[in-house]
Amino acid sequence: MGRVLLVALPFAWLLALFLVPFLIVLKISLSDTALAIPPYTPTLELSEGWAGIKAFLAALDFENFIFLTTDDLYWKAYLSSLRIAALSTVLTLLVGYPIAYGMANAPDHWRPTLMMLVILPFWTSFLIRVYSWMGILSSEGYLNQFLLWLGLISTPLTILNTPAAVYIGIVYTYLPFMILPIYSSLERMDGSLLEAAEDLGCSRLSAFWLVTVPLSKNGIIAGCFLVFIPVIGEFVIPSLLGGSGTLMIGKVLWEEFFNNRDWPVASAVAVILLLILIVPIVLFQLNQQKQREAEE
Amino acid sequence: MRRFTWFNATSLTLGFAFLYLPMLILIIYSFNASRLVTVWAGFSTQWYGTLFSNQGFIDAAKVTLKVAVASSTVATVLGTMAALVLVRVGRFPGRTLFSGMIYAPLVMPEVITGLSLLLLFIGIGLDRGVFTIILAHTTFSMAFVAVVVSSRLVSFDRSLEEAALDLGASPFDAFRLVTLPIIAPAVISGWLLAFTLSLDDLVIASFTAGPSATTLPIKIWSAVRLGVSPEINALSTIMIGIVAVGVISASLITKRATLRREAEERAAVQG
Repeated sequence: MGRVLLVALPFAWLLALFLVPFLIVLKISLSDTALAIPPYTPTLELSEGWAGIKAFLAALDFENFIFLTTDDLYWKAYLSSLRIAALSTVLTLLVGYPIAYGMANAPDHWRPTLMMLVILPFWTSFLIRVYSWMGILSSEGYLNQFLLWLGLISTPLTILNTPAAVYIGIVYTYLPFMILPIYSSLERMDGSLLEAAEDLGCSRLSAFWLVTVPLSKNGIIAGCFLVFIPVIGEFVIPSLLGGSGTLMIGKVLWEEFFNNRDWPVASAVAVILLLILIVPIVLFQLNQQKQREAEE
Repeated sequence: MRRFTWFNATSLTLGFAFLYLPMLILIIYSFNASRLVTVWAGFSTQWYGTLFSNQGFIDAAKVTLKVAVASSTVATVLGTMAALVLVRVGRFPGRTLFSGMIYAPLVMPEVITGLSLLLLFIGIGLDRGVFTIILAHTTFSMAFVAVVVSSRLVSFDRSLEEAALDLGASPFDAFRLVTLPIIAPAVISGWLLAFTLSLDDLVIASFTAGPSATTLPIKIWSAVRLGVSPEINALSTIMIGIVAVGVISASLITKRATLRREAEERAAVQG
């Protein structure tokens, strides 16, 4: 009895508030756009039973999905999201790895403090952390003031509202997701392996490339997925820092829904985004599984 | 053999400067007398005054806290139950679907979660407001609670629970008296995580709030889209301060608890 309740309660919650909403998105993505409230005409009437389903299948035309292929805004936005996600993952790795490596080499009694310093920004509001860069990167912002003062530039640089600002924002906000898995794999590494490599005539640099980096491979892979997957659907960073020139699919979906009030197209955008995300998510799951089996 | 090199020291210094300078600048300029946020014009606390006299922000803060407390509490109960199901209950019909639904919100883009819940609420004719934000936040944060609690449950010595059952405790009593005290730290961190996620969320709240309820992130969002504002700097400073105090004291408490446990273990070994 208790067991049934234990399973049934969270299960029912997730069915009602997670699975059913998705089926609704799928259904509306197949509906027709209409100037009404709500702004779509359903093509599936479950109340008509089997006949309704038959009529739905007969009228199924995927017009919203076809619309997505005719307007090049959409596929450009998907491609641009994937490109931004890939490049910013590499940048986050380049910034994050030396930090994780420094933490792993730090004296033992520093580590809890260093760990806390990495986690602290993670608990701080995402929106505020993105916002903090607006004042730094704007044309009269702190960075330009500093560079002008140094004499490195004579006219302010335009950084805010360009893709460069989006990359900075992503690296900044997602850095803890990269540092933590790399740090935990570096920390577990057996230090005597490096000693052995050096005894056998390896230079410190080649010992790093031949021993340390391969042994932190799992952390690198996990960190890259943890950055890449959420960045694809990112909305706040491109909206605040990217300006009108930065195209990302999360922003397109938001605008389609709130500004154009086109629910069927917004739903179709969401369905395709989900299909794109399935690939990296499944790869990540398989990788995690392989790692667990290797550890056992 | 680990050596802390100059390279390590430099990368840590630069890395932490990168992580903390933007927030530090925000804090410093929240005390700026000028409305022009990028020009320093002397020390002043006037923006805190205008912030606290702005009824819109106070109301939004109340809504945000109400949503965060309610959603994180329900999410902790449901998430802990889900973790118990994942770790302790063996086979049951729909188990794959269940674990899929538990982990999916972790990787789901917020725009999709928000859109789908909004379409559900409109579909069933539920008026949007505080209640719908609570439902939405509970759904996505229970996944995070389930992950935190289940990782603790996996490493937990089951024989203690079995001993309680052998000694005649009911399953519920065994959970309440044996399991719960042991997994309590994970449950508490799960609650804190859910609470922070709710405080922080802009996208899902924007979809599910409707015109009648405004949370703090929605309010901040509509202000910062127009550019940098000193009131938002003041508000950010307060929020950063609360988080810093919370995280630092939590880590001090866990450190003390670890030291005490180690001392007790030493004492027990020496007998």
